[in-house]
Order: sequence, then C-alpha cells, then structure tokens
Amino acid sequence: MSIVNRIDRSAKVRAHFHQAKWDEPVIYELSTPGERGILVPQASEEVSSQVEGTGALPAGMKRKNRVNLPELSQNRVLRHYLRLSQQVLGADVNIEIGQGTCTMKYSPKVNEQLARGVQELHPLQDPSTVQGMLEIYYQTDKYMCEISGMDRFTFQPGGGSQGILAMASVIRAYFESRGEQRDEIITTLYSHPSDAAAPVMNGFKVVYLQPDPTTGLPSMETLKAAVSERTAAYIVANPEDTGVYNGQVQAFTSYVHEHGGLCAYDQANANGLLGVTRAREAGFDLCFFNLHKTFSSPHGCGGPACGATGVSKELVQFLPAPLVGFDGERYFLDYAFANKEFGVGKIRSFYGVAPVVLRAYAWIRSLGGEGLYQVAKTAVLNNNYLFQKMLEIPGIDAYYRDGNNQRVEQARYTMEKVYEETGVSTGDIQRRAMDFGLHYWTSHHPYYLPEPITLEPTETPSKADIDEYVETMKYIFKECHENPEVVKTAPHRSTVHQIDESGMDDPAKWAVTWKMYLKKYQ
Amino acid sequence: MKGFDNHPYIPNSAPEIQAEMLREIGLTSLEELHKNVPDALKLKDTMHLPKAFGSEYELRRHVEGLLGKNTDCKKNLNFLGAGCWQHYVPALCDEVNSRGEFLTGYGGEPYNELGRFQSLFEYASMVAELVDMEVVNVPTMDWAQAAATTARMAQRITGRTEVIVPELIDPEKFAIMDNYCRASVRFIRVKCNDKGQIDLDDLKSKINSNTAGVYFENPGYLGVIEEHGQEISDLVHAAGGLSLVGVDPISLGVLATPPSYGADIVCGDLQPLGIHMNYGGGQSGFMATRDEEKFVMEFPSRLFGIAPTSQPGEYGFGDVAYDRTSFGHHREHGKEYVGTQSALWGITAGVYLATMGPKGMEEVGETILRNAQYAAKRLAELPGLRVNGFGSCFFKEFVVDFSGTGKTVAEINQALLAQGIFGGKDLSDEFPQFGQSALYCVTEIHTQDDIERLVSAVAQATR
Repeated sequence: MSIVNRIDRSAKVRAHFHQAKWDEPVIYELSTPGERGILVPQASEEVSSQVEGTGALPAGMKRKNRVNLPELSQNRVLRHYLRLSQQVLGADVNIEIGQGTCTMKYSPKVNEQLARGVQELHPLQDPSTVQGMLEIYYQTDKYMCEISGMDRFTFQPGGGSQGILAMASVIRAYFESRGEQRDEIITTLYSHPSDAAAPVMNGFKVVYLQPDPTTGLPSMETLKAAVSERTAAYIVANPEDTGVYNGQVQAFTSYVHEHGGLCAYDQANANGLLGVTRAREAGFDLCFFNLHKTFSSPHGCGGPACGATGVSKELVQFLPAPLVGFDGERYFLDYAFANKEFGVGKIRSFYGVAPVVLRAYAWIRSLGGEGLYQVAKTAVLNNNYLFQKMLEIPGIDAYYRDGNNQRVEQARYTMEKVYEETGVSTGDIQRRAMDFGLHYWTSHHPYYLPEPITLEPTETPSKADIDEYVETMKYIFKECHENPEVVKTAPHRSTVHQIDESGMDDPAKWAVTWKMYLKKYQ
Repeated sequence: MKGFDNHPYIPNSAPEIQAEMLREIGLTSLEELHKNVPDALKLKDTMHLPKAFGSEYELRRHVEGLLGKNTDCKKNLNFLGAGCWQHYVPALCDEVNSRGEFLTGYGGEPYNELGRFQSLFEYASMVAELVDMEVVNVPTMDWAQAAATTARMAQRITGRTEVIVPELIDPEKFAIMDNYCRASVRFIRVKCNDKGQIDLDDLKSKINSNTAGVYFENPGYLGVIEEHGQEISDLVHAAGGLSLVGVDPISLGVLATPPSYGADIVCGDLQPLGIHMNYGGGQSGFMATRDEEKFVMEFPSRLFGIAPTSQPGEYGFGDVAYDRTSFGHHREHGKEYVGTQSALWGITAGVYLATMGPKGMEEVGETILRNAQYAAKRLAELPGLRVNGFGSCFFKEFVVDFSGTGKTVAEINQALLAQGIFGGKDLSDEFPQFGQSALYCVTEIHTQDDIERLVSAVAQATR
C-alpha cells in the first residue's frame, strides 16, 4: 500500500481566503425593455367598468412619464440581490470580533423564524386580536426592569441613537414640568457621538468631560467643575468605548443628583454587565439598551432596531405613549400614564419595531438569569483573553493600562508604534484584514487615540475563533515590517480594490444615485 | 452566582475552556473579572427572570403559543391603514431580506460589505426615479422622522424658523415632528377647507418672511389628494421658503411627482414597497432632493456614492460628504444625528422596485385607485353612510362617516370584527369634528369579493 500525504489544512490563518466577487453591474445596466419581475393584481372587469381609476385624478395630478425603473425578469432580480448579499460579510458568516461597540453577537435562527409570525399584524388592530404580541411587550418590559433596576420601559425608539433622543426628551420634559431652566448635558469623550448629538435636538448644549491621561476616565474634579445649575443631566456610557469601566460612577451620579441634575446611562456596552451590575444601583434615573446588540436581534445592515428606554418611577409619566399594561385579564395599550401637558408624546410611529422586541424576548427566555450572567462573564472573559493576546503582538498597545489590565465589553487598541516604524496606518491594516475574511472597526471620529482599533468579541466566538483572529493580526503585523507595501495596497482578496474616494466631498463629482452618475460621468 | 454552562449560543461557556482561558490570563475564577466594578454595585443574587427553556423546541412551542393568541390581517379581512398599509409583498422581498448576510451585516466598510453599499445605492437610485429627485438618503426611522428632518433641513437652508403644516395631519406624526423639532422650528397649522385640502387664503395669511417651508402630503393623512400643490409651492417660493412634500411612494406610478408641482424636498415611508406591516415595525423613512450642494450638505443621514477603484472596470462605493453627519469629525456640530435606523427596509424597497419595474408600479397604482374608488362607491350606497365627504379625489384611503347610522365606529368595528373584518381606523378621538368617522384603506390586495363582503357586513352592522 502506498502512503499518500493528507492535505495539510492546519494553518490558523486563512491565507487563501477570497471574498465573493461577482463583478455585478448596477441594476440599471441589467435592464432589458419588456422584461417583468412580477405580475400585479388587476381590478376585476366589473370594478373597472364602474369607476374611473386614474381618469378621476385632478388635472395635473397624473404622472406624465413612465417611472425609469429597470426591467428585469424575476430570476435576474433574485440573482442580482443574492450576488450582492454574498458580498456582505455579515455576522452569520464572519468571525465578527472586529466591530467594537457594536456587540455583533449571534442572532439565533429560531428567533428569526418566530419573528416572522408577526409580519401580518397591523398596529391598529383591536387589542383583543393581538394579546400575544402585547404580552410579549409587557413581559419584555418586566425583564428589562429586572435587568436594569428601572421601573418602566418603552420600546418605541427605533435604534440606540433614538433611545438617546428619548432619554434627552424625557429629561427636557421633566425640567419643563418643574419650571427649571437647565440646558446642559454632560458627557464624556469616549461615549458615543449620539450621546452629544441627539440631546442637541432637544435644545441642550454639550459639556465634555476630558479623560485623565492615565486612567482614561474623567476625574471627580473634572465632573465638579462641569456641574452647575445649568446641568440637566449626565449622559454617559460605562464602560466607555475604550472598554474602561468607571468604578466611581456612583459618586458621579450622586454628585449630579445633589446639584439637581438627572443621570442617564447609555447601555450600548452593557453586554458584559448583564446580571453583574445594574443602572439602578449605579444611581441612574434613565437608561437604554440596544435590543439589536445586547439582546441578539440582528443588525440588518443598520436597522430596523430598538433602543429600549427605561426610567425610574418619577419619570414614567414623561415616556412616549402608549406603553403596554395588564389589568389582570387583558393586555392593553396604556395611554393613561402619560403626562398630557409635559410628556414626550411620541418618538417613533406606533410601538417601535415589534419583531425586534419579540427576538429579545425569545433570547432572554432561552437564557434566563443564569444564562445572562454567563453571557456577561464569558463576553468579558473573551475580551480579556483577546486583550492579553493582542497586546502580546509586537506593535500593538492600549492606552490607560497603568494599574488596570482589565477591560469590560470591548477594548480600544492603538498601533501608533507600527505606524511610526513602518508608515502602515490603522486604515491599511483594516483593509488588509479583509483579505483574510476578518474585519475591524477603528473608532468614532475624531480619533482621540492615535491609530485606533476597537474590538469586541462578545460571548459568541469560540476560543478557536479568537485564536484565529489573533493569529491573523499577528500575521498582518509581521507583514507591516517585512512587506509593508502589501498592507498599504490592500485589499487584494476583497470584493473590490482600493476605492478612490477623492470625489466623495466634491459636489461636481459625488453621485448618490445612478442618474447623478450618468449625468456627471460621460 | 452560577452561570449557565455549555449553552449553545456561548461556546466558551464550557467549563474546561473557561478554565483554560482564565489560566492564560492569570486568573482562577470568573469572579475575578469585573475587578473595576465596585462590590457595592455588584448584584448578589441571580436576576429574577423566568428559568431558561430547556430546549429550542420548548422555546419555540412557548413563543408560538403566545403568537397563537394573535390573529392577523392574513386570517382576517383588513381595511386599516393610517400610516401602515397592507400591500402585497412579493416573495423576492422576503427571500432577499432574510438572507443571513444582509440580516447580520452592519457598519462595515465597502471592502467587507460592498453588497450593502451597492444595494442601498441602488435603492436610492430607484426611489430617486420614483419621486423624480436626484438625491435619496440611506433610510431613516419612518415617515414622521423623515418629515421632521425635512422641516429641520428647511430651517437650516433658509435660516428661518417657521414651518407650516396642514391641520389634518396625522396627530401622532405631528407629535413626533414637534418633539424632534421644537428647539429650532415652530410649526404653524394651516386650515384645511371642506375638501380636506389646504385653505389657500389661510395659507397666504400665514406665509411670511419667517416661513422656512410649507409641508403638505400627497395623499394626505385622510387620503385626500392635494390638487393645489403648484399654487402652494408658488406661494411659499415667492416668500423665499421651500415646498416640502410627503408622499406615499406606491402612488407614484400613477400620481404626479412632487417636483412636477414645485417640491424642493420630498419625504415619505418605504413600508408600502415590499415591507410587511410587522405591527408597525416595517416603517422606514426617506428624504429626497435635487443635487444641489445646499440641499445635499443638510442631510443628516448617510449618503452612499459610487466611485472608481484602483482596478479599471470595477465599481466601488463610499460615504458622500461624511463629515456632515454626527459620525464625522464634528460630532454634535454635524447635521442632527445619525445611527442605526432601518437600512434593511431600504434594501427591501429596492428589491420591490426592481421587481415591479415601471409597468408594475403603474399597474399597482391603477388597481389601488380602482379598488378604492369601487369600495367607496359601494359603501356610499348604504343608508346613513357619508363616504368621502370631502368630495376630493383620493388614492387608497377615504373617510367614512357613520354618524347618520346612529352607531359609533367602535360599535361598528366590533360587529365587523365578529365577522373577521378589521374596519377602518376610528377617527372620532383624533378629529371629533368629523363625528363618527373611520379611515378606510383599500389596496391591490382586496378583491371585488372582499369589498362586497365588507359592504354587506357594514350594512348588517349599521342596520
């Protein structure tokens, strides 16, 4: 018998990876006059004979030209979009460790299938016909209260930033109801930009707390200097986007309360804290969770989503209406709680994104209290394991490590040393990572830390996944020294090569739609 | 406290692996993590949540049991609209938006999510054709948010503070707009005439040098088609303000486009374009303008543009004027704010428009008009009902006033419900001036038989 060598597929780094690349034209280029994607129901002959249809439209209100849409057969539409879908490295196909602060965890498929069960519900159906859906809202509210220590939640906000808007709106309503003129929001540099930007919509001004260069956290003195009779609220993420947890948070919230302000918690980074610590004990009056992050609903390329917003008892009256109540027999849409004069009224149409609430409900029920605690502990274990392994790679470092070698849900790294030594930037490495089927996010702008990388494993990846990620980074960092050009010119195995973005800020060149492109480019 | 070991969603919840990983980072137990969280803030007990289901099967049984307590618009005959509308969702729409790649993509770069950029560029391209504009945003939350942003854009572009809206606007939409805009825009309500359209004399008296824009809808909340779009636009333009128009995009295969009667900014909801109602979770807003720098630079949303790459013949995509947004370098000094909104519905609307094509959009508009007109005509034959009292042309929704029957809408809707019919939205709280009126929605999903069934059930309920 001859001995044949097995194929050696032991390498951790996917050096032969290549993303899907279909070279797919823009859909307008696929159009063939006369092709159709679907046949549309027609009014019956009898109906048509008795009414005027478009003939009834007032003068000037009938469309004159045919809509310039592509004409494609059904199969060609499908093929086009499935090809485009293959050119998206979603969390279902990717080791999604790289999008720090986005909590790219696994979205269970059973929840996806269950969520389709509410597709055909109309939001204005009689409450007697939607008792199951209302029960899910009601129970999820109860669970979120237990998880946070708050007293009532609204699921209206359609994303995290709208959750921040909801919190800011409640804060405004509260002070209006008290006749207090407070117009400043205090936040930190490493909280999400929306913690600053959304409250501005409510007329607030923003005061930033600068981080201490050693700890990365604002000092108590900084806070004291910022708080005044103008302070409406302190809105902050903890851990901040750096992954550093402010252990003094309770002293901060107490100080703000002593000076008449409210405290609102951006819990976008809460995944590592479930069952470990809560908003209530830390002294917060309001908080929001991203159900599409922490509670497993998929991100949908950027929504639909939910920024579930909870408040303490005193603030419930200001929440947008309706909430879901239960009278012992029936679930009902509750408008009666709302403060008619000062309440926020409405943040998003109807009751928010119901399928997202349903998925969060199912996810909580699949884990229970012990499971959520396991989520947090494992996510933090994964993150600290990754943190240590990443820091072992020559050239990668992290700020704010003096006396603090732990991070909570995510960590921000810096590769300024590699940049200084080789001229390879974080943007270059980001593109190169995609040649291996991996990805990472740098940081919000402006970069307060040089050449940043922000990673957040969550509880989803296995140890082997994390090891693969680290091995790949090691491989790329080695390339930075040995062959920097290959990194600087990356990607080489992505769907596209380096994009020339020079026209993106030029009104003469930018093209947001196909018709703009055809007009500007001959 | 005890965690849930070996959970299928948590690979590293296996105790052996945890022990190994802890060892690697020099710790001996999970309790040593979270060392920066003070003990005083740590929970001492496991949270009081229902115990986890022992299997995926049990979870499914439980949730399906809850959902079994609902009944929906597929099992019943639905005539509710009022901001969320039942249209036919082509199979391709669900097929594409349930693809795991689209479903679980997020905020990556064109290098790992090119398909997201291209499909949203294409959605914007097709909506731009539908509304006859040039620039369309990556979708925002819903029509209300789009209308609110439209008002703020007008405020910034003109440097003026007042936006005029019709009194017959959806009150909930107005509440959202008011909450969002209060700090910089003052809304002025203009009267509607007995045709349900804007009272031009009242409008003239309210337009002045503070007017940033006039916002109106086609069709309006109560279904009416505003015939005087051009006059409204001319009036506001003459005063230096902008014409802002909200539309139902599914009407635009047959209805005139807002720019044809002077609109400067168009907005609306994508939900009719291939997105299920989802108990109100299918809403998705868009804005559209001409390609003029003064408009483009005021969008708060992301705008995806097409670009060349280093490889000839290859399409790339990227963010147009990124620093406008709050994600850019100016944070809260950018335009409003941006975040996770409803991108998957934008992709879906693109699939819908590509599937329907020009012929499909024209036909669906025609079918809706005919069915709705027929339903109104048949209902009007019933004694005591006043159907479309405005007498204006309508698209898919119309008001039915039951006051003459001596019955309330609530009573009638209960009677209809008993027969498996969801009657129109009760307007008696929102617009008491119209008595016992309901807003009925009829679309391409309704057959003649469906309409006849409604008519006989209403006849019975009002007898």
